[in-house]
Amino acid sequence: MGILEVDTLSLSFGGLQVLSDVSLDVSEGRIFAIIGPNGAGKTSILNCIGGFYRPDAGRIAFDGRDLSRVSTDRRAALGLARTFQNIALFHGMTVLDNIKLGAHAHLKTGLLASVLYWGAAHHEEMQLRREVEEEIIDFLEIEDIRNLPVRALPYGLQKRVELGRALAMRPRVLLMDEPVAGMNAEETEDMARFILDIKEERDVTIILIEHDMNVIMDISDHVAVINFGRKIAEGTPEAVADHPEVIRAYLGEKKG
Amino acid sequence: MHIGNFKETYDADEAVFRTPTVRWWMGALFVALAIFPFAADDYLLYMANLTGIAIVGALGLNILTGFAGQISLGHAAFVGVGAYTSAILTTRLGMPFLLCLPLSGLMAAALGVIVGAPSMRMKGLYLCIATLAAQMIFMFVFIHWESLTGGIRGINVPPPTIFGLKADTEFKYYFVTLPVVILAVAATRNIFRTRVGRAFIAIRDRDISAELMGINLFRYKLYAFAISSFMAGVAGCLWVNFIKIVTPEHFPLHESIRYLAMIIVGGLGSVLGTIFGAIFMTLVPEILKNILSIFQAMNPTAMSYLFPLQSVVFGAMIVGFLVLEPHGLAEIWRRMKDFFRLWPFEY
Repeated sequence: MGILEVDTLSLSFGGLQVLSDVSLDVSEGRIFAIIGPNGAGKTSILNCIGGFYRPDAGRIAFDGRDLSRVSTDRRAALGLARTFQNIALFHGMTVLDNIKLGAHAHLKTGLLASVLYWGAAHHEEMQLRREVEEEIIDFLEIEDIRNLPVRALPYGLQKRVELGRALAMRPRVLLMDEPVAGMNAEETEDMARFILDIKEERDVTIILIEHDMNVIMDISDHVAVINFGRKIAEGTPEAVADHPEVIRAYLGEKKG
Repeated sequence: MHIGNFKETYDADEAVFRTPTVRWWMGALFVALAIFPFAADDYLLYMANLTGIAIVGALGLNILTGFAGQISLGHAAFVGVGAYTSAILTTRLGMPFLLCLPLSGLMAAALGVIVGAPSMRMKGLYLCIATLAAQMIFMFVFIHWESLTGGIRGINVPPPTIFGLKADTEFKYYFVTLPVVILAVAATRNIFRTRVGRAFIAIRDRDISAELMGINLFRYKLYAFAISSFMAGVAGCLWVNFIKIVTPEHFPLHESIRYLAMIIVGGLGSVLGTIFGAIFMTLVPEILKNILSIFQAMNPTAMSYLFPLQSVVFGAMIVGFLVLEPHGLAEIWRRMKDFFRLWPFEY
């Protein structure tokens, strides 16, 4: 039994069937990749796991616990973190504040304590600063930009800051939607290295959506292929690459 | 020229006043604020009190609108709630000022949470209209619940007594207003050093991803409304004990818009900008009035043209500032500081 189980998930918007009976079983400590053509429903799966969409049918269990009654904001506290395809950072804040915000669900400071900023509230902020600096900013090599506003950063660095914010959520499962899309070769390499390090050093399970097949083949342990809202193949990267259904979905069929 | 700014502990790096230079200037500012009442006449002290009260009220609105992104057109009504609460508690129950101050804030905060409840489903212009409705409802209550509010005649309030001292002059009241302003500024600044403030900004910038980060949107929006109205209520209490009368006509829609103008001219999402904006919106009309009275002395018949001109010039100044610097006076201040910090070099 995996840390995250998706069981016969179905989702439709009006007459459009987005997902039909998708089941995934993600084992702990692995990199689980979801691939498929554009519009196949990959991001919709992540949105259902994250709680942004309510599925019509099916069950999602995180560490054996049914998520259907857990509200979106409570899921973060359980250890589900997410990065987005179109970067969703908070543009009015600095890099440091964006990453600190990721830890929101793990902090305790209440309204009154924040007004006073005394004792426990002060202590908690200092602990957080230390954790963010030493565990995240140092790891992602973004020391020099920590006090810059996010909107001033280039795309590749924004993606990295977004990963930092997700790490501050102290995730057990990290959902990543196209982490290397639009990056050059060097940025892609850095990001792939970070993803592997996160898996190995922090025991984080990673669910990854990506179109870059080189990255998928290199780093993922397990691949599921989605087409038109259905899972058409699943297995090791090598097995999936040779699967006839997958070749048909990506390249089309020979006539006659 | 200022070269670098290095810190050895995280604590030092998270401090509000981070360099000796800044601490020195802050010390100078406090000394100036303490000396000011002994040098100023009653008119200046009167304006200083009004400015201080405006700062407290505007800080509340900037937390809600500038930081948390929830536009409110009913802020003056909450100032009114605070003013009426204080007036009623003082005249009916004989409650001391120091108790009225927090109670006025709490009363406004409780009503603010109710008015803020629609923010769960509405944002932007729609929320704006919902808060406009609140403004109208509160005005209606101020005017028509005569047994409680005294209707359009309002309520007269005696000067407050604090620790046995009667704060019945502009000079004495200055020492009531100033500490409240300092506390309000410090409280606002502290909120944005913790997770509560970060959550407010996250909701403003991108509410959907804020929720995925584990922020309960509804709760934090209500927090923002509560803090905002609390400060409005405190400002109302300060105001009524200073002016010594409260009537409904003191809190029209026009006053709510004046608060919005303060934070927009000063700088949305900036504590310093709020202070600048409140000073600007309180003092500039007075300065214009004084300039015009000089012209009037030279040519008494010109007053019929000059009086409306005052509003035109004031309006043009607001538009001018916003065209030149959409981020408000706080941004102009920051650029001036950068210029002097780097002088004599360009960058």
